Amino acid sequence: MGKQRVKFTFVDDLVKQPVIFELGHKFKIVTNIRRAEVGGEVGWVILELDGEDEEIKRGLEWVGATGVRVDPLGGDVIDG
Amino acid sequence: MAFVNGLKCRECGREYPAEPLNVCDFCFGPLEVVYDYATISEVVSRDSIAKGPLSIWRYKDLLPTEADDPVDIMAGYTPLIKSKGLGKTLGLNNLYIKNDSVNPSFSFKDRVVSVAATKALEFGYDTIACASTGNLACSVAAHCARAGVRAVVFIPADLERGKIIGAAIYNPVLVAVDGTYDEVNRLCSELADDYPWAFVNINMRPYYAEGSKTLGYEVAEQLGWRVPDHVVVPSASGAMFTKIWKGFNELACLGLLEGVESSSFGVDQNTVHHPGVTTSMHMIQAEGCSPIVTAWANKQSQVIAVRPNSLAKSLAIGNPADGIYALKVIDRSGGSAYAVPESDIVSGIKLLAETEGIFTETAGGVTVSGLKHLAKSGAIKPDDLTVVYITGNGLKTQEAVEEVVHPLFIKPSIRSFEEAFDGAK
Repeated sequence: MGKQRVKFTFVDDLVKQPVIFELGHKFKIVTNIRRAEVGGEVGWVILELDGEDEEIKRGLEWVGATGVRVDPLGGDVIDG
Repeated sequence: MAFVNGLKCRECGREYPAEPLNVCDFCFGPLEVVYDYATISEVVSRDSIAKGPLSIWRYKDLLPTEADDPVDIMAGYTPLIKSKGLGKTLGLNNLYIKNDSVNPSFSFKDRVVSVAATKALEFGYDTIACASTGNLACSVAAHCARAGVRAVVFIPADLERGKIIGAAIYNPVLVAVDGTYDEVNRLCSELADDYPWAFVNINMRPYYAEGSKTLGYEVAEQLGWRVPDHVVVPSASGAMFTKIWKGFNELACLGLLEGVESSSFGVDQNTVHHPGVTTSMHMIQAEGCSPIVTAWANKQSQVIAVRPNSLAKSLAIGNPADGIYALKVIDRSGGSAYAVPESDIVSGIKLLAETEGIFTETAGGVTVSGLKHLAKSGAIKPDDLTVVYITGNGLKTQEAVEEVVHPLFIKPSIRSFEEAFDGAK
């Protein structure tokens, strides 16, 4: 079991999709939202995912395939 | 000694001890250093600063380290040059150039890394790591060489040759990752969780970022303890931009600026705006990676991440950690944000070189072209006291300007020279 902290960014129609709900149902992952800001056309959610490492990896690949952007928590770790 | 009370979450305000942490356990917000300014005000003065070394460590009382024996390769105290040619070209009579490209590893990153490396040793780490598009890798490797500890630096495999060599020469463990930007980013984020290293821009980030405040301190000191009317700053993560502003406001609150009364830091040290700081903060990004500028232009309170595609690799941070805080600084300071077309980056490099004799990297080309836009649009008036920050050296990105090389090829004779020379006139 492992935990991963990530940021999802939703734009346009994706804002209206229940992506986090589906993530928790399609995969054996517990989703724990800590902070979010969701507007009409854009939104972001910072959350912790709890599950097997491989399951989290598969789940995040599925989230990415929906068009939701997945980033490490706190912005890019690469710096200039 | 360090005048640090601890760390505090910028979002929910929860407090933590001064440890190698960067994220609030409760809301996952970023952590910032909290200082004991009451004690700092008793020990710091213009005189105490003037007696310090000609490096960032002259401001040691305002940095979050013990600093009795800092990892110091003499970062900082770089020239502030009164412009002649560039100012004349742009119609700016009171323009200064902060030439931070002459730091020991040739970028402003030496400021932040010197602080982070010092703090890492205080915490007992024996390995210092980073993920970098170039300048940071060079600086981490150089500081580790100085400190005698191991450096592990991750770079994208397609990085400019000058930056790869500039890091490799210090003999770090250099890891060139063959992957997309997002893949490199994700890998390094996971490594930071798994390895007991001081990642300067991850678990050292609250301390690391504070090093950029010295860019504000120095400019104020070099201007005779005044702040400029305008500063023009390149931006990637947005951290440097916010810290220059913080530096100006710290000096004001501590009563170190000329003609400015000291004042309380208020409830939140990190958002304080002293009325004596009248500087407009102008942020410049390259169009190929301008998420903060886009958010500003669209009046959004959040910054939407982008996939970087810019010639200015040192500014190519698609998901800027301090983006929303940078937006607040632009707003509070009455500043602006502008994205320079990619096609203007090289012309900006050449303009600075040809008018001032300063060879900057692509990030500097972005900044100079942004300054040109601000002057032309009237956002900066001819007599306004303006400082433009040049943060990296052109020798690192020579590939970008290879087109300038057009020598006169001659035979070794006077006649051949004169024929070629006359033809070139």
